[in-house]
Amino acid sequence: MLSKRIIPCLDVRDGRTTKGIKFINNVDVGDPVEMARFYYEEGADELVFYDITASSDRREIMIEVVRRVAAEIFIPFSVGGGLRTLEDMREVLLAGAEKVSVNTAALLNPGLIADGAEAFGSQCIVLGMDVRRVAVSAATPSGYEMVIHGGRTPMGIDALWWAKEAERLGAGEICLNSIDADGTQEGYELTLTRMISEAVSIPVIASGGAGTPEHLYQVLSAGRADAALIASMVHYGTYTISEIKQYLHSKGIPVRLTW
Amino acid sequence: MIAIIDYGAGNLLSVVNAFKALGCPTRVTHDRAELARSRAIVLPGVGAFGAGMAKLRSLDLIGPLGEEVLEKGKPYLGICLGLQFLVQESLEHGCHQGLGWLPGTVQPILPSDPRFRVPHMGWNDVQVVRPCPLFSGLGEAPVFYFVHSFQVKLAPEAADRVTANCWHGTEIVAAVQWGKIFGVQFHPEKSQWFGLKLLSNFIRLTGEGDAYAQETPDSGFGAARWFGGAECQI
Repeated sequence: MLSKRIIPCLDVRDGRTTKGIKFINNVDVGDPVEMARFYYEEGADELVFYDITASSDRREIMIEVVRRVAAEIFIPFSVGGGLRTLEDMREVLLAGAEKVSVNTAALLNPGLIADGAEAFGSQCIVLGMDVRRVAVSAATPSGYEMVIHGGRTPMGIDALWWAKEAERLGAGEICLNSIDADGTQEGYELTLTRMISEAVSIPVIASGGAGTPEHLYQVLSAGRADAALIASMVHYGTYTISEIKQYLHSKGIPVRLTW
Repeated sequence: MIAIIDYGAGNLLSVVNAFKALGCPTRVTHDRAELARSRAIVLPGVGAFGAGMAKLRSLDLIGPLGEEVLEKGKPYLGICLGLQFLVQESLEHGCHQGLGWLPGTVQPILPSDPRFRVPHMGWNDVQVVRPCPLFSGLGEAPVFYFVHSFQVKLAPEAADRVTANCWHGTEIVAAVQWGKIFGVQFHPEKSQWFGLKLLSNFIRLTGEGDAYAQETPDSGFGAARWFGGAECQI
């Protein structure tokens, strides 16, 4: 039986992680490679690196991080943030990432998804979606709208339509982030997650709002997600991945128990 | 030295890194003289079947592969697409000829229930159905990372070459073996302990590299749990 995946997300700026783990001894919590290794040994099923480096001329620093992670970490990982062209994607994939995640660039240029899928295969193209709840309207019949710039800029594009369109264009997976839930630690946006999960046949990773293991249970059962992205709840040592997996296992969710 | 075939498809670095971590020298190559010098051949890859086979053909590698593996009996490990290439033909986006070393076809994954998504992506349990040196020491229910939308379907006369299966709304061939020819649908290079252990078993067959130091996988659930396989309760 296919396991539900638990995926820690690491934000990286200029080659350093921006949120630290408080409780670990002998780990440079600012070093993305050391944090990756820590989560790898703890049983993370996959890792997501999100490059929030402001200037694109410092991309080489991130590529070096990807190379170092790929040499030590034998689970899949994806890299997103600021990838705008096929060449950007190729660079990250050749450095050893399994998948690339595109978000804003794909909204502005949907052909990027199709081109990426054709060049590298659908399996490595993840569509990142930042979504906000809005009033139902002609432009947003699902009641959810695509946003960029961390939610500051509404795009006038319906989230449900965009998810289906991205699947049609060749995205292999969707990482669905609720801007409303993001950072609250009050639980994932279950209605949105379920709606998108049921509308597409590609896997959906739920993101935004995880604060407790129960939140993961909810989104992986009622929310129909295939995977759950987590950040603060493990970065600040509130929970370990093992604890989360034990809880999910006790609730009957299939998780990977040995690694 | 183990030759890892570079045919321009997919990312070979993960496979190189895994062998490196196991202390096994590799050479990424499409040169037939290198293949002849190698102790074993690994054909990795994700991507499209038709494009991959076309590339192998244009690099003039089909003949040398048969020579090294079928005639000289060199160990072969096909990963993902490297497994699928073994059969006669693939129905992925048209109809494409494979190596034809194994009677069968490559077909789309068609789960009986739409809750099983395609691509089959993520960690799945594998049931080992026949003893195979590749799975030696891995326990009864090893877990591997899969990512694919097409699957190998073997002809009835080749059914005994299946060594492991997995379930994703339909039965999927996870591994095959006959002689020193091995094929796996999953990605051992991305499957943490189970994958590294499997690769070290392959390396052992070639007489290269060191033994894999870690005897058992890690678990958040206490030691030795995994030996009982899927039935064992926490």
